[in-house]
Amino acid sequence: MPSVLDSLNVGLHQAFDADERVYLLGEDLLDPYGGAFKVSRGLSSAYPGRVWTTPISEAGMVGIAVGMALRGLRPVVEIMFGDFITLAADQIINHAAKFRWMYNDQVSLPLVIRTPMGGRRGYGPTHSQTLEKLFLGVPGLQVLAPAAFAAPDGGSGPGELLAQAILGGQEPLLFVENKLQYLLPVHTPASLPEFSFAIEGTPAAPIFRLAVQGAPAPQVTIAAYGYMAELARQAILKLAYEHEIFAELVIFTRLVPLEDQVLCAALRQTGRLLTVEEGALSAGWGAEVLARAASALGLHLKACGRLAARDLPVPASGPLENAVLPSIQDIMQAVRRLVA
Amino acid sequence: MSQTAHNELYLALCRIRRFEEAVLEKFSSGIFFGTTHTSLGQEANAVGVLSCLQAGDVVFSNHRCHGHFLAYGGDLRALFAELMGRATGVCGGRGGSQHLHWCNFYSNGVQGGIVPIATGMALAEKQLQSERQSASVVVAFLGDGTLGEGVVYESLNMAALWGAPILFVVENNRIAQTTPTQLALAGDLSARFEAFGIPALALESSDVLEIRTAAAALLDQVRAEARPRALILNTWRFGPHSKGDDTRPPDLVAQIKDQHDPLFIHGQRLEPAARAAIETQVQEEVTAAFQQAAADPFPIL
Repeated sequence: MPSVLDSLNVGLHQAFDADERVYLLGEDLLDPYGGAFKVSRGLSSAYPGRVWTTPISEAGMVGIAVGMALRGLRPVVEIMFGDFITLAADQIINHAAKFRWMYNDQVSLPLVIRTPMGGRRGYGPTHSQTLEKLFLGVPGLQVLAPAAFAAPDGGSGPGELLAQAILGGQEPLLFVENKLQYLLPVHTPASLPEFSFAIEGTPAAPIFRLAVQGAPAPQVTIAAYGYMAELARQAILKLAYEHEIFAELVIFTRLVPLEDQVLCAALRQTGRLLTVEEGALSAGWGAEVLARAASALGLHLKACGRLAARDLPVPASGPLENAVLPSIQDIMQAVRRLVA
Repeated sequence: MSQTAHNELYLALCRIRRFEEAVLEKFSSGIFFGTTHTSLGQEANAVGVLSCLQAGDVVFSNHRCHGHFLAYGGDLRALFAELMGRATGVCGGRGGSQHLHWCNFYSNGVQGGIVPIATGMALAEKQLQSERQSASVVVAFLGDGTLGEGVVYESLNMAALWGAPILFVVENNRIAQTTPTQLALAGDLSARFEAFGIPALALESSDVLEIRTAAAALLDQVRAEARPRALILNTWRFGPHSKGDDTRPPDLVAQIKDQHDPLFIHGQRLEPAARAAIETQVQEEVTAAFQQAAADPFPIL
């Protein structure tokens, strides 16, 4: 099984091969280094004129990519650590996300900004954050997060999601990767015999639904994305085996615009929702999902909860970091509370 | 230069002047939304630089963009309509005074951020040169106040490193909103470009011909070498930053208008009858454009 990292790398190569208007800008991209997390390895050798290694200038490189996109290219920007995206916030919010609408739909702006978020590597408060919630409420900006899952043929996997975003997009898009997710295998139905596995949504924004194979009807629906979806997958297996509590998992790959129909259909069966994310709790993704679900379901939503990182910076020390970020045990405990 | 060419330049200067005067004059009537930043006194910069453009060239302007838009060839009625929030506006009323896009003209109202974007546009034009079969260049307009934004220097660095065919035009009107340049700008303005290996030419002029000659030479270099250049235009703002916020002493403003009026300077080169005819023509155009825009419908969402 390829890893998420391999899949994303293949997706980038596919996009470069398919369209010569695709360019990549970012720091330390050149081979043999190939970017700090190696997602971009091999690209500068295969497409030397289209991979531009930049100075340490996140705002500048995103702005340059915005200009390239407005004039007919399909640039991709790699921000080395997700934490650094704040340096480009003005470009993303006041420029890229605005142009198409404020210019009365006279322009398209096919731009993908990729960046790894997430902790659990001891990098400390400024290299471990999960900041995408800051960009969830920006009209004109899509936000995608690949899942470590795919159809039997690899479809809907991380690489395909990325390649489609690069080749098919017409507006700016933030593509949120995760440092620990890079190392995960991309699971397919064949590699997960303990789970029933469905792919819904659309090819541009697949939604994966997982439940324990042969289990009774689920009592709780968990909504998650990114690396937390993997922890939630492990949690629902343990809940079934150790506690005979049955949960299903709805995994989003597009956070904005949020497609809530698949989730709401699931909630009409279970009536209980737990959202799980690695970002800090307050004003996070889960708050939006929960508000949507409550609006759609009203009294059919019997119980709900949000699990997220504590409202603290992410510490460097391992035990402290584990205490701040949500774990498999935290997910199990939150689900048990919902069904109690 | 022929008398016809002189007349054309004067017509372009006059159009900006009368448009901006009409905007300020009518603002208190409540017909325009939001705010506005007029380029009164700076008309020669817009006309001098943009009269050198070739087909396919790209312009990125800033909050003070009306003059650039009109000098680029933009329509008076569409610009009035945009300020009035009408469906017939340049951007259908979505953008307003600072947010224009038409053909290869763009503007945005946040300081500094347009500079990397214009640089990226220039790099895209260079990459697509063979496909487009033209060597298009980009003109980016900055104010002196914009030089306080850090992203400007990230952009200059990459523009020089990667050979962006772009002309950075700094309109130094010596005051950023209400802050005089000497309170905001350390060191030498040209040196900020030269530090990145970008040759900079500074002019102390409100003469459209002088500005045009300098811009034409620099644009030729940008086009031929695919390298950035900078043109520093030391200029004078006649009006307030936006509407009623001019903190300069009135007698100083009067003195500025008396000594540095681009219309007066260039108008002396025209036959008096031709000059009067142009002024009458522009007055009629502006009045008609205003009335048409005022009768245009509002957009619906």
